[in-house]
Amino acid sequence: MRGRMGLLHLRINGDDVEVAAPSHWTLLEVLRYRLGLTGSKQGCDKGDCGACTVLLDGKPVLSCLTLARTVEGRAVTTIEGLMPAHVAAGGKGADPVQDAFDRCGALQCGFCQSGIMLSARALLDRNPNPSDEDVRAALAGNLCRCTGYTQIYQAVELAIAEATGKRPTPRSWESAEPRGSP
Amino acid sequence: MAARDRHGKDAPWGEFAIVGKPQRKVDGLAKATGAAIYADDIALPGMLHAKTLRSPHAHARIVSIDASKALALPGVHAVITGKDLPVKYGVIPWTPDENALAVDKVRFIGDPVAAVAAVDEDTANEALKRIQVEYELLHAYLDPRESLTRHDPAIHEGRKEGNVSKNVLLEFGAVDQALATSDVIVEDEYTFHGTTHAAIEPHCAVAQYSADCVLTVWSATQITHYVHRALARVLELPPHKIRVVQPCLGGAFGGKSDPFSLEFCVAKLAMKTGRPVKMLYTREEVFYCHRGRHPMQLRYRTGASQDGKLQGVDARVLIDGGSYSSFGLVTTYYAGQLLTGPYAFPTYRFDSTRVFTNKPPCGPKRGHGSVQPRFAFEVQLDQLAEKLALDPIEIRRRNFVGEHTTTVNGQRITSNGFLACLDQVERASDWKTRHGKLPFGRGLGVAGSMYISGTNYPVYPNQMPQAGIQLKVDRSGLVLAFTGGNDIGQGSNSVVQYIVAEELGLALDQVRVVAADTDLCPVDLGAYSSRVTFMVGNATIDACRKLRTELVEALAAHWKIDAKRVRLIHGEALDLEDSTHHLPIVEVFHLAEERFDTLGATGSYNTPELGGPYRGGTIGASPAYSFTAHVAEVTVDVETGRVRCEKVWIAHDCGRALNPMLVAGQMEGSAYMGVAEALMEEHTVNRFGLHRGPSLLDYRIPTSVDTPELAALIVESLDPEGPYGSKEAGEGPLHPSIPAISNAIFDAVGIRLKHLPFTPGKVLAALAELRAHSGEPTLAGEAR
Repeated sequence: MRGRMGLLHLRINGDDVEVAAPSHWTLLEVLRYRLGLTGSKQGCDKGDCGACTVLLDGKPVLSCLTLARTVEGRAVTTIEGLMPAHVAAGGKGADPVQDAFDRCGALQCGFCQSGIMLSARALLDRNPNPSDEDVRAALAGNLCRCTGYTQIYQAVELAIAEATGKRPTPRSWESAEPRGSP
Repeated sequence: MAARDRHGKDAPWGEFAIVGKPQRKVDGLAKATGAAIYADDIALPGMLHAKTLRSPHAHARIVSIDASKALALPGVHAVITGKDLPVKYGVIPWTPDENALAVDKVRFIGDPVAAVAAVDEDTANEALKRIQVEYELLHAYLDPRESLTRHDPAIHEGRKEGNVSKNVLLEFGAVDQALATSDVIVEDEYTFHGTTHAAIEPHCAVAQYSADCVLTVWSATQITHYVHRALARVLELPPHKIRVVQPCLGGAFGGKSDPFSLEFCVAKLAMKTGRPVKMLYTREEVFYCHRGRHPMQLRYRTGASQDGKLQGVDARVLIDGGSYSSFGLVTTYYAGQLLTGPYAFPTYRFDSTRVFTNKPPCGPKRGHGSVQPRFAFEVQLDQLAEKLALDPIEIRRRNFVGEHTTTVNGQRITSNGFLACLDQVERASDWKTRHGKLPFGRGLGVAGSMYISGTNYPVYPNQMPQAGIQLKVDRSGLVLAFTGGNDIGQGSNSVVQYIVAEELGLALDQVRVVAADTDLCPVDLGAYSSRVTFMVGNATIDACRKLRTELVEALAAHWKIDAKRVRLIHGEALDLEDSTHHLPIVEVFHLAEERFDTLGATGSYNTPELGGPYRGGTIGASPAYSFTAHVAEVTVDVETGRVRCEKVWIAHDCGRALNPMLVAGQMEGSAYMGVAEALMEEHTVNRFGLHRGPSLLDYRIPTSVDTPELAALIVESLDPEGPYGSKEAGEGPLHPSIPAISNAIFDAVGIRLKHLPFTPGKVLAALAELRAHSGEPTLAGEAR
C-alpha cells in the first residue's frame, strides 16, 4: 500500500534536507521514520497529547496533524536541534530549557517532554520574561502524565530566572522547617 | 533475614555526600535532548510492521477465520491466529487464562484475534480488512452483579466458580460482637468507577530472531523478567534462547505490568518471517487492552466508641475484573488486606469478590487494589467524625496504629510517620482556622493512607533473591552497575547511581547504569508494588559494601595505615589523619585490581519472612509501609455543579528521601492522578461493551490548566530495613487525594459524594436532595 511518493525540501534544525515520503505522511512520520529524528514522540496520533510538538518557523505545531507536504520549504526545529543551536551560539551543552528540566526533576518518563520543552523554548524566544499565566497558557496543549506539571513549571521558572536574573520561588519541600518527624 | 539485607539508616562514611540532596537523574539529559531511545524509536534493517485484528463483539465464539485474502496481498509476509500461539499464560501462575490471540472465543471488544506482518503499517492495516472472521454471538456480561449469579454461558469455560474470578473472605476478631457493642455505627455504600493509566507512550514491541535461534524482544514493559518467563512458556522456547530488553519507557503506572499480546505476536511473526518485526498499538488499542483500575462497589460498616476509637470494620466489596484474570487474585486480596493502617482496627472482616465481565480486562494501576477501599473508608471515617462531632484530623490521630507494631491482619509495621504527616498538612493548610469556617462553596478535606514498599511474596514462588545487582569496575575510573530493575520514569536507575556513588565515594559521573536487559543484568522482579527503591537499593548497598572493603583494604595496605583512616568521597581517596595522603579514586581501583584480581561485586536483597499465619497472609505483607496524609481544598459552583480542586497539600512518609526532588515529583504526580480520578476521568463502556471514548480527548486527563496547585511535604521516619532508611514514594501518595476531595466537598457545601467520579450532575443531584431533606429552599450562594 505504498502511497504516491513525493519529494520534500525542508530545513530541519538548520540544515536543508531533501526527503522522499508517501504524500499522505505527516511531518511526524517523516521526522521519525525517514530522518531518524525520533525525539519527537507519537502519543496519540490525533492531536490530543502534544508529545509530537515541533517548531515550524519558530512556532509550536502538532507534527502528527501536519501533512509533511504542506510545510515544503519551511524551517522545522525538533528537540534534537536545541543543543546544537545553543552550542553554535557559543553555549555549552544542552539548551538552558533542557538543562533546567533536568535540574528540576521535570523529566520523569520524559516521553511528553520534548514537546513541552519546545513549547517552552518557543515561549521564551517570543517573550524572555513571561508571567506564570503566560507559561500555563503556553503549556496547556501538552499533556504530561507523570509530574502533575509542578516540576515543569519550576523548570521553566528556573530557565526564566537564569536568563533574567530573577530569583525562583522556593519549592514546597525545601522549606526552612526541618523535614521529618517533630 | 540475612545480614546482607539490613544495612542501617546511616551514611556509609558518617555523612551523606550525595543522598538527601536534589541531584540530576542518570538519564535526565538523554531524555532532555531527545537522545533517549524508546521502543518505537528502534528501527532494524528489513523490519516488518505488524498490526492486530480485534474482536468487534463483547462475547462470541469464533466459528472460522479465513486469512487467505490477507496473505495474498502484496507486501504481507505472515498472518497468525490463536492456532499459532495456543499456550495460555497469565502474570499470576495460578490463573493462566489468556491467549496472545483468541482461541475459540473472544471476551471483550478489542480482544486480539489475528496479527499481520507486512512491509509497512498501511499494508498491514489493509490486510486486516481482508481477514474474514465468522462469529457466533454469546450473551455479554456487562454488569458485575449479573456475573455473581449467572454462569451460563461462562466467560471462561471449565471453572467450578463460573464467572466468579476470585473470592476472599477473611475475619480477624469478633467483628459482629464489636459492632453490636459500639456506641455509633456508620454504614454506607460507595462506588469506584473504572480508570486507566493513560501513559503517554503507547505499548510497543520489536522482535528479532537470529540465525542461531536467539529471540530478542524489546518491549515497553515495566517487568522484563515476567515477559521473559511468559515468552518462554507461550513460544515453547528454552528461556536461555530469549533476551528481553526494556528500552527507555514512556510511563507505565501499572499499565505495562502484564505480558501483552503484542510481545508474543512480534516474536512469533519474527520467527515465522526471519525478519525483525515491530508492533505499535494505537492510542485506541491502548484503551481496549488497558489493565486499569478495577471498578468496585464497596459497602462498609464501621463501629466506634463515643471517643471516636474504631471498634470494628465490616467490608463487602464487589470487583469488576473485566474479561481476564491478570493480577486479579492479588487485587482481590489487596482490596481488604491493605486497609489495616494507618488506623488500628481491633476487629475486621472483609469479603471481596472479583467477577469476570465482557469488558476490557482490569489489572494494577498505581495503588493497586487499595485506592478504591481507601476512598470508601476515608469518607466513612469522615462520616463517623461528623456523627461524633470530632475534628476529622483528630479522629485520625486517635486511631493511629503506631510504629513497630502488628496490624489486626498480621502485617508487621516498622517505621510510621503518619502523625507527622497529619501535623504537616494541618499546619500547611491552616486547617485549624479554616476547616468548617470557609465561605459556603469552599472547603477543606483530609484523608490518610498507607502502602507497601514491595511485597515479600514473589509472583511465582521461589527462594531466590527478589533483587540482584552486579558491579563492574573499570580501570578508567568508571563503575558500571547492572540491574534488572525497570526504570519507568520514577528514577530507579538514578537511585542505583546515587547509592553506588555514595558507597564508593565516587562522583556521579563515574557511575553509569545498565538496566532491564535479561542478557546483561541479574534478575530483578520489576517495577511493581513500589518495590524498586527498597529492594534494588538494598541490593546495591550489599554489592557496594563488598567492593568497598576491597578498595579500602588495598589503599590502607598501600599507605600502610589502618583501614579506619580511609575515606572515599567525590572521586578522591583521603587519609583522615594525614592530609598529604590523597589519591584519585581511579588509582585506588588500580591498587585493588593488583591486589585482588579483576574487580567486581554482586549484591542481592530478599525480604524477611512476613505475614499472618493464614492462607493469603503473605499477600500485602511488606518489609515496610509508607504513610500519607492529604488536605485538599475545593471550590464548588452550586449553579453548575462543577467542583474545582484548588490545592492539595501532600505529606508523605518515605522513610528517607534519597533525592527529595524525585520524591516530591512522585508525590505531586500521584496526587495529580488521584485528583483526575476524583473529578475528570472515567473508563466506561456502552450497552454493547464498546468503550465510550478511547482517546486522550474523550478520556479527560488533566492539562496543566486543570491541575491544582500541589505542595509536597516530605516526612522522613527512617525505616530500620530500607536502604539508608528509605521506603516507597511512587504509589502511596495517590490514595488520599480522592477521599480528601469528597470530604472537602462536604466541608464546602454539606453533601457527601460516595460515587465516583464527582461530576457536575452528581453534585447538583446531591445538592437538590440536601435541600429536599432540609425542607428549605436553599439557594445557591446562600451562607452556611
